[in-house]
Amino acid sequence: MDLRIHQARAKQLLRGEMSDVDLQQYVEERVWLTTLDKAANWARANSLFPLGFGLACCAIEMISVIGSPRNDVARFGAEAVRGSPRQADMIMISGRVSIKMAPVIRRIYDQMLEPKWVISMGACASSAGMFNNYAVVQGVDKFLPVDVYVPGCPPRPEALMHGINKLQKKIWERPDQGWRARYRAEGTEEVA
Amino acid sequence: MPDATGLELIAQDVRGKLGDEAVVGTHFFDGYATLEVAPAAVRDVLGHLRSGAIDSFERVMSVHGNDYWPEEPRFGIHYELLSMERLDRLHVKLRVRDGETVPTVVDLYPSADFQEREVYDMFGVVFEGHPDMRRILMPEDYEGWPQRRDFPMGGEPVLFTFNEHKIPRWYE
Repeated sequence: MDLRIHQARAKQLLRGEMSDVDLQQYVEERVWLTTLDKAANWARANSLFPLGFGLACCAIEMISVIGSPRNDVARFGAEAVRGSPRQADMIMISGRVSIKMAPVIRRIYDQMLEPKWVISMGACASSAGMFNNYAVVQGVDKFLPVDVYVPGCPPRPEALMHGINKLQKKIWERPDQGWRARYRAEGTEEVA
Repeated sequence: MPDATGLELIAQDVRGKLGDEAVVGTHFFDGYATLEVAPAAVRDVLGHLRSGAIDSFERVMSVHGNDYWPEEPRFGIHYELLSMERLDRLHVKLRVRDGETVPTVVDLYPSADFQEREVYDMFGVVFEGHPDMRRILMPEDYEGWPQRRDFPMGGEPVLFTFNEHKIPRWYE
């Protein structure tokens, strides 16, 4: 529609000069109806707040996704990295997790407010990668509910962004696939 | 590094000062001089080498362990000494069995503190007289000594489940 016609019709509406049929058409064209849940999920998916938390070499790739203008994750609304777990709702496990680090990560995860999501980034976080030894936890899903696994050693920034997009899609299209539903853990929220 | 003659001179000096049983042997291989000492005498030997009769080595660059299993005595403890003045290095080693203790050298060389803790952490060799004999790298409630050669390779078997039903528990 031509912009001037658009503006003229908006003026008509605001002055109250629009008649019944025109008014109905105008509203049908411009108003979406949805449920509150869907609107909330849409907002959540497009304003992810990742926790600034790097573990190993994958963290460099994570930083290049978030911080560099080439792979600007601000396009998907996830650029506001928070330093405090209380203000974040997504954590990327970027690198191998030693068994001494695992309780620390679990504690940080527990301090995050719900709803919260986890991306397991890279081979080491997903399955310990090549570190099949005494010091490394064999997959971060042993102590965290993981939503998206991103393969790679380390993953390309595009792969991580694809993972973030998958997570967004999961949040706004099928929120019932959250970890509480998967693990049958409804009712275990800290704050009711 | 002292050459083979220099190593023998050092050994002779230590023997003369502390008795013949303090030095077990000398090894010179590939330009690398090793003085093997008796575990009970390691404090005296290092103290003597530090304050210096003919050579003084005033820093210990590294204390590390080694597992020679199935040989006996099983563990080797290695001290890499450095003389800052002459830029000379000497390697002192000793062998202990499982369950035996080694006298600490922390009061002689304070930088050996964390390194002896690391040897204890990885091999379970206790340094007697150490002020703070705890694990340093592994969690405090960890069980086992992970760098021993009879410690399992660790982690868990990677399961390729496509043939799991044909050969159950094939990975064991």
